[in-house]
Amino acid sequence: MAIDSRPATHARPVVRFAGVSKKFGGVAAVEQVSLDIFPGEFFALLGPSGCGKTTLLRLLAGFERPDEGRILLDGSDITDVPPHRRPVNMMFQNYALFPHFTVAGNIGFGLRQEGLPKAEIAARVAAMLSLVQLDGLGGRRPDQLSGGQRQRVALARSLVKRPRVLLLDEPLAALDKKLRQQTQSELMELQQRLGLTFVIVTHDQEEAMRVASRIAVMDRGRLIQVATPANIYEKPNSRWVADFVGDINLIEGRVMSCKADRCRVEAAGGVGVDAAAEGAKRGDTVWIALRPEKIAIVPEATAADGSLRGVVQEIGYRGDSSVYRVRLDNGLTLRATAANTTRRHERAIGLHDRVALSFAADAAVVLTR
Amino acid sequence: MKRLRPALLVAIAPYLWLAAFVLVPFAIVLKISLSQTALAQPPYLPLLDLAAGWQGVRDFLHGLSLDSYALLASDRLYLDSYLKSLIVAATGTAILLLIGFPLAYAIARAPRTTQRILVMLIVLPFWTSFLIRIYAWINILQRDGLLNDALLRLHIVDKPVAWLATDTAIMIGIVYSYLPFMVLPLYASLEKIDNALLEAAADLGAPAWRAFWQVTIPLAWPGIVAGSLLCFIPIVGEFVLPDLLGGSRSLMIGQTLWLEFFSNKDWPVASAVAVTLLVLLLGPILVYQHQQMRALERGR
Repeated sequence: MAIDSRPATHARPVVRFAGVSKKFGGVAAVEQVSLDIFPGEFFALLGPSGCGKTTLLRLLAGFERPDEGRILLDGSDITDVPPHRRPVNMMFQNYALFPHFTVAGNIGFGLRQEGLPKAEIAARVAAMLSLVQLDGLGGRRPDQLSGGQRQRVALARSLVKRPRVLLLDEPLAALDKKLRQQTQSELMELQQRLGLTFVIVTHDQEEAMRVASRIAVMDRGRLIQVATPANIYEKPNSRWVADFVGDINLIEGRVMSCKADRCRVEAAGGVGVDAAAEGAKRGDTVWIALRPEKIAIVPEATAADGSLRGVVQEIGYRGDSSVYRVRLDNGLTLRATAANTTRRHERAIGLHDRVALSFAADAAVVLTR
Repeated sequence: MKRLRPALLVAIAPYLWLAAFVLVPFAIVLKISLSQTALAQPPYLPLLDLAAGWQGVRDFLHGLSLDSYALLASDRLYLDSYLKSLIVAATGTAILLLIGFPLAYAIARAPRTTQRILVMLIVLPFWTSFLIRIYAWINILQRDGLLNDALLRLHIVDKPVAWLATDTAIMIGIVYSYLPFMVLPLYASLEKIDNALLEAAADLGAPAWRAFWQVTIPLAWPGIVAGSLLCFIPIVGEFVLPDLLGGSRSLMIGQTLWLEFFSNKDWPVASAVAVTLLVLLLGPILVYQHQQMRALERGR
């Protein structure tokens, strides 16, 4: 499957990375990245730490210069434009608020650089304060604010200049879970309302799935897959993406036959699927990828014919659902998730019970790499 | 009677120390400054004669006067001396700041491991005796010294320049000796500035020079004040440097004090000079203390 499965669009990209590479001390942080980001997108750069996502963001902000390739904004080359002349603004990971300015002083900093009249600055700062619901706190100093309030000041400061693209570097990493989820919703709402292009860097796949309209998954400086959250989750293009985003069962198998681009794949113990497997041919080793929540688990007594049978080896209780690790009679181990729809203490399925697993014909994806 | 607890002893020990070695000596100096010079041992009057009882105390108080201070005010020698000290200290501090700031900035921007080495190099001269280092400067600055030798060889001058016994020599000595006192507090406050703040300033449209004035300077301000006062205050009272490197035409207040005390044997006037100097420096000292307290509170 291609790296970028973006649907055909006639829109002009607002940001274009064209073959961008960046090395630090001989180690490649970003390697041959080509990527288009379109107006109005909430674009997420997702990957483990050290994958180059922050470097890519800093290249766009202008804090780093690429060793190779060009960066275009609205069609014009900004590769050599210093950060203070780029019409993009960044919300920093630890907010980077100026400790010697008040909240209003921080938010107004960017406007003062433009030499705007005092009255206009004051009006725009006040509008920003109310946009992020910090009315009346303009006179406070950053160290007199809570973490959530500081986050809002940082957001207001990066939005006040109406940037062409807002860059967010792990903006919610310092917040606790409840506040993080609330702020994610607010960010999405804000992005919709202002119609701006947001580029967010995060290592949190749930966050990327939740807020982004499109995600670029990165590993070791390279783009692995660029697609909508649903496609990343349901149609990962590699074992790496499938494993990084969400939980997944990977079963090694062999291509038995192919008709058009659909192949019959069989794994040990009689597990077999018919699925799309681009570029695969008879005899290839491939992987059947199956999300745990797509596997139904029932007690063996109520099992339908043709389902896989085995013993529950471990139950991971997650409150709303439980993850069952099942050792099948054919030697495979699979994880299946079931929603906990009742409050019963004695569950229908207990540890060491015999169970049967089944999944729909289209539940599995075949991965060739 | 309750015995003195060790914890209490630890708590009051610094105050006992201050009382014995600061407060009492200062009271003695203050008392001498209010006395009259006399050909006696000690060379001033009145002396407190406790054997004479109440009458002795009254005679003693009656003998005190402000004559020495009146002399300081009337003779231009002293005023000039004070002025010269203040001017030298202010000029020296300004030069130190101009040299020290870029130096501290460069150290703070260097890689972590290099920083430690550079700070070491700044402190290293302290490991040799101060006097030896000043005598080395005499060697460099004298008529047939290293400096003139180099200037002559490079054909920058065609006859030796008189460096020693000039105000320039004093200034060189001051800048050399006090540089660590300027660089270290500056480095301490510059090193704490998060680089992300400068990136944020650039991101928001500030060119490097404006980010410097609007972010770096305000955040380094505690270090600038601390470093400047840490140099200015002792330079005003400096004695060794002007005595060894400077000329005898105009004296800094430390030299005047020394002369009054050791040559003129006028203890009361010498004491009055010292007390006035202390009062003069009280302002800068209080500013420094205030700054240090604020820095402590911020650090918490």
